[in-house]
Amino acid sequence: MQRSVLVSASLLAVVALLAAGWIWPWSRVPLINFLCYGLAALGLTVLLRAGQVSFGHAMYAAIGGYGTAFTARHFPGADTLVVLAAGVLASLCVGTIVAVFVSRYRGIFFGMLNLGISMVLFALAGKLYAWTGGTDGLRFERPALLGMTLERGAFEFALLLLVMVLVVGLAWAVQRYFVSSAGQVMLAIRSNETRLEYIGVSARRTLAEGYVLSAGLVGLAGALLSMAQGLVTPESGYWIRSGEYVFIAILGGSGHAIGAFLGAAVFESIKLAAAAYFTNAWQLLLGVTLIAVIFFAPTGIVGWLRQARTRTAGETS
Amino acid sequence: MDFNLFLLAGVDGLSYASLLFLISLGLTLICGVFGVINVAHGSLYAFGGYSAATLLTWMAPHSPSTWIMVASLFVSAAVVGGLLGVFLERGLLRHFRDRDPVLQLLVTFAAFMVLEDLQRMIWGATPVNAADLAGRMGTSDLVGVTFMNYQLMFVPGVALTAYAALQFLLRHSIAGRQIVAVIHNREVATALGINAARVGTLTFALGGALGALGGALSIPMTTFVPGLGAEMIVTSFAVIATAGLGQITGALLAAVLIGLARAMAVYTLPELEVVMPYLIMVLVLLFRPHGFFSATAARRI
Repeated sequence: MQRSVLVSASLLAVVALLAAGWIWPWSRVPLINFLCYGLAALGLTVLLRAGQVSFGHAMYAAIGGYGTAFTARHFPGADTLVVLAAGVLASLCVGTIVAVFVSRYRGIFFGMLNLGISMVLFALAGKLYAWTGGTDGLRFERPALLGMTLERGAFEFALLLLVMVLVVGLAWAVQRYFVSSAGQVMLAIRSNETRLEYIGVSARRTLAEGYVLSAGLVGLAGALLSMAQGLVTPESGYWIRSGEYVFIAILGGSGHAIGAFLGAAVFESIKLAAAAYFTNAWQLLLGVTLIAVIFFAPTGIVGWLRQARTRTAGETS
Repeated sequence: MDFNLFLLAGVDGLSYASLLFLISLGLTLICGVFGVINVAHGSLYAFGGYSAATLLTWMAPHSPSTWIMVASLFVSAAVVGGLLGVFLERGLLRHFRDRDPVLQLLVTFAAFMVLEDLQRMIWGATPVNAADLAGRMGTSDLVGVTFMNYQLMFVPGVALTAYAALQFLLRHSIAGRQIVAVIHNREVATALGINAARVGTLTFALGGALGALGGALSIPMTTFVPGLGAEMIVTSFAVIATAGLGQITGALLAAVLIGLARAMAVYTLPELEVVMPYLIMVLVLLFRPHGFFSATAARRI
């Protein structure tokens, strides 16, 4: 019963978003942005389920973006899908190397080590002008999609479709992962790791696998974001961006994969409100909201919805 | 590398290490008592620096003596850092005391975001510095190279004094011994009649003042721009992670190590300058996962 509600609501949202993108061409890039933020936050939700927070995950978005830009510039004939895959592959590779190192740490060390690594990459991206184009970033031509050379408007709509398919597929797959045994081990890392090791499960290995998954998700989001703009800048890996991803993941809650996208929707609304009323206080608004969410709804939107449901269920029975 | 360059890098490194040590000291104390890295510490550093710059610029036309200016640096750091620290603890962290540590970390992160924006609103995005004060203290020659006294003697002197004073305070004063007791075991300390909440506020005020002092002392040498706070918090985290959380003497050694390595990189491999602290941290953590001087903690099952 509850499952069908979820499926039909998601279906309705998908159709509504695609229709909006079809009718209003200007809404395509903002919609892609929104979905990509949700995708990146989904990556952080994976870690959040193990009780870990990374303050540096935007680096994988930057790596995905730069991987995309390098491939598009050096292989001008390459297809959009190939170029995006190269970006994701790059972030998966870096994610694997970093995972070996950071998976020994928990809590503060885990979060801050990620922040440190991302600061290094951010500084290098800004300084190695010859390769990364410095703070101006790298621009690249729009590649062909499945062999078709598309106009800007058509390309953006095609990209929106592609992002939508990826989002639906990945949200479903990640939710399956959450309820799989590996996903349950991630939950157990949060509650008691020592006991977990007594039953013979390697917490470190499971966390490292989750880390690579999250790096890949954020990397994909970064690759898609840079593809939508034809540009990648070091800014995409800045710690504030990481903070925004964490913010969305916390806001949405780690109970269900859909949370990341609900969080992203609220995040975009706050952003719109901030752009209209408080242009210079974006971070301030974000910080205050984050504190309020942690204080009043530490389990996020998903947890809040679940609570509301059990309450109504209790009243009717 | 010739000797003069070596000397220059050495002095630069030591003065940078002194500032780093002051900030790390506050961070590691707070971490000891609360079990949380105060990410907003970077803002305390930035606020200390900016408010000292404002004060010095305001005082400059009245041409006070150098010592009054130095004293005002200390006073402004103590007031700004202390007040902000107390505010952070009383107004914010206290209400999240029994939450998950990761959520507490996030709260300080959120506070950092808020403070960064406030700082931009108050002081704008234009670079700020106050090199005048460092010039007033004169220069001295060391084997043929001219150094500013401010960098050569004053800043390292302050850092060493702070180290000695803090060690003395923690060992021989009642408030200091209470802090040590709470760091060791909060519950037992409370059971012994120590007001842990008051100790927490005190630690935050002290740590905040130390962080702001680091900022105030660096304003005559560094130009402040938005974003410096983030860099500083991550670098000082590298220091305390290298040393092992809660290790004061370790933090001193790690700060010197990282400061010197960074200064050497500035003169020889400028591209690696920003990477140096993390490189050292990663190298140390690869072999000693909890830092150089870490004490073994009991596992709780």
